[in-house]
Amino acid sequence: MKGLQVWGAPLLSAAILLVFLAVWHASTRQEASAQVVDAEYAKLVGAEAATGKKSAFPTPAEVGRKILGHLTDPFYDKGPNDKGIGIQLAFSIARVLTGFLLAALVAIPVGFLIGMSPLVYRAFDPFIQVLKPISPLAWMPLALFTLQDSGVSAIFVIFICSIWPMLINTAFGVAAVRREWLNVAKTLEVGPVRKAFRVILPAAAPTIMTGMRISIGIAWLVIVAAEMLVGGTGIGYFVWNEWNNLSIANIISGILAIGLVGMILDLSLARLTNHEAGYLS
Amino acid sequence: MSAFKDPFSAEVKLGQGCECGLHTDSAAHDADLARRTSDPEALGSRVVDQAVMRALFPQDGARRRFLKAVGANTALAAIAQFFPLGAAREAFAQGNGRIEKPNLKVGFIPITCATPIIMSQPMGYFGRAGLNVDVVKTAGWAVIRDKTLNKEYDAAHMLSPMPLAITLGIGSRPIPYTTPAIENINGQAITLAIKHKDKRDPRQWKGFKFAVPFDYSIHNYLLRYFVAEHGLDPDRDIQIRAVPPPEMVANLRADNIDGFLAPDPVNQRAVYDGVGFIHMLTKDIWEGHPCCAFAVSREFVTQNPNTYRALLKAIMEATAFATRPENRKQIAEAIAPANYLNQPVTVVEQVLTGTFADGLGNVQKVPNRIDFDPFPWHSFAIWILTQMKRWGQLKGDVDYAKVAREVFLATDATRLMKEAGMKPPSATSKKFSVMGKEFDPARPDAYIASFAIKRTA
Repeated sequence: MKGLQVWGAPLLSAAILLVFLAVWHASTRQEASAQVVDAEYAKLVGAEAATGKKSAFPTPAEVGRKILGHLTDPFYDKGPNDKGIGIQLAFSIARVLTGFLLAALVAIPVGFLIGMSPLVYRAFDPFIQVLKPISPLAWMPLALFTLQDSGVSAIFVIFICSIWPMLINTAFGVAAVRREWLNVAKTLEVGPVRKAFRVILPAAAPTIMTGMRISIGIAWLVIVAAEMLVGGTGIGYFVWNEWNNLSIANIISGILAIGLVGMILDLSLARLTNHEAGYLS
Repeated sequence: MSAFKDPFSAEVKLGQGCECGLHTDSAAHDADLARRTSDPEALGSRVVDQAVMRALFPQDGARRRFLKAVGANTALAAIAQFFPLGAAREAFAQGNGRIEKPNLKVGFIPITCATPIIMSQPMGYFGRAGLNVDVVKTAGWAVIRDKTLNKEYDAAHMLSPMPLAITLGIGSRPIPYTTPAIENINGQAITLAIKHKDKRDPRQWKGFKFAVPFDYSIHNYLLRYFVAEHGLDPDRDIQIRAVPPPEMVANLRADNIDGFLAPDPVNQRAVYDGVGFIHMLTKDIWEGHPCCAFAVSREFVTQNPNTYRALLKAIMEATAFATRPENRKQIAEAIAPANYLNQPVTVVEQVLTGTFADGLGNVQKVPNRIDFDPFPWHSFAIWILTQMKRWGQLKGDVDYAKVAREVFLATDATRLMKEAGMKPPSATSKKFSVMGKEFDPARPDAYIASFAIKRTA
């Protein structure tokens, strides 16, 4: 029974993957059909067009070959518009982290101030509620127009989308610190700075960390779209460039890479949260 | 430093020793002179003058006696009679003018219209002009416009109506822009989804959804003109939406649109993937129409004249190379890789050579399917302005000829085309006909009034 508990879930995962690949393979398998055009014409068009069909979705094997190609040479640099998938991912991660850290630098102190005073909380609330649901990409034309630099604009978009969850969670966490603890601090005549760092911060930390985890997830979702829009570098540009070439196999490789990196970003923040929780308790 | 002595002064020795007597030796004299003459252009002229005088008077003594006898001004006038000193000075200044900004960024959209810009990079035209240029692929026309206006790009590949629209402030802030060269002529096509292969008559297109690259594009104006000539109102009977070229085939495949009037390789790519067929080439709507433009802001032209000249020279030479059909295959191979167009070589080759599959099972041979002629005819600009006005993009009165002259820099194009060994035309305006209807650039308002379907108030 113990073996089933340890190996059951991974085995089931593997089985799901195998079934998925088998269905994919079966549904994209190409029947060798007769060419319907003359040889001279066939040379000028794709293999599917020559048999009178639209070009097809790639098979798992084709995608596998592409992924292998990307993995064996992830860091090539053949000019400004053609770089390896590793370099593109590095560009995207750098953008996300810059925007995210800037947002954290603003959101956590501001959230702290808002959370400490119910009056300020209520005053800021309508602005936050209006700004929060705006799709970050809607900011892009405005950012390009005012900031006059596409690289800075992309970071700004990350900044603006990751600031809200952190701000709201910090304010909420700070406001929800148990009254008794604050009263104890008051009785012991703890100064305001010491109270903030030794009482409120540890109490609010789990909520703040949750906000940060939500933020980095959103930031990673948004960077792909932002890079597809402004182009240049990054994994979003990679996907766009392959879309331009209608190379579905490459797009799937890009999507997988995006998923993996997103998972790693989330996991590392989760570990940080656990670490933090262990340290504070 | 002796290169900078005034050869028209009888006091100066073009040999050894200090000639003015104020300095202990020649070195001290030169150092003093260098302090006083810091204007590089004046120095350049003097170098030219000196070379001429040395050639005329191999014996310095003879030169000094001649100048003493007739005076410097008379001598200068006499020599200018039989030697074009002014032209020589200018040629010298142009050839050796310092490039103000050798590292440049030029934006492009991955379509074959950008051929002269793109090929200049891998084929070394920029390098030979003394420039280090990054050609940067960009996602769409609005982004190209914004990145160029905020100076991330020094120059860009634009649709030929865009510099006009930007200058007039239509759809953007008004900023004086210029088109010193047209990238390509012809080279576009109307492509329809395969399912419409029996609807070859435009009158059957009622309710179709079409894509064009941008609102301010020759494609938009040609498609509107074409359907209007067949009795369809482009605003009411069909839908026209702006879709960036790279996304067009994906949209056609997904049945989001019924067809598009698009730049290549988009049309050929639709055929290659079996999702569309080429209904007609735009050269059959207007033979020799302009499409894309090489665009630079007027500010860049005035602030970096030497860089601008070098850049334009590279583009002109690349264009001259691209006009010859025998070079087209080589160009296709240079611009097809992922760094540039990111397309199969055969697709680009079919566009550039004009031997192509049409999507209906025929191989067509149209050598001038796309052609390259950099001359920015003022009449092209005026036609574009008439269409902007016809479809309501441009409101109020406009001085057509003035705008055309200020944006389409025909004079610069003429000079650099000559340097690149091409034959520029002597006029800057010409009559042409679009679908058999003649356009007279001298009477633009009468031309607009002659159309039945229009949006003028």
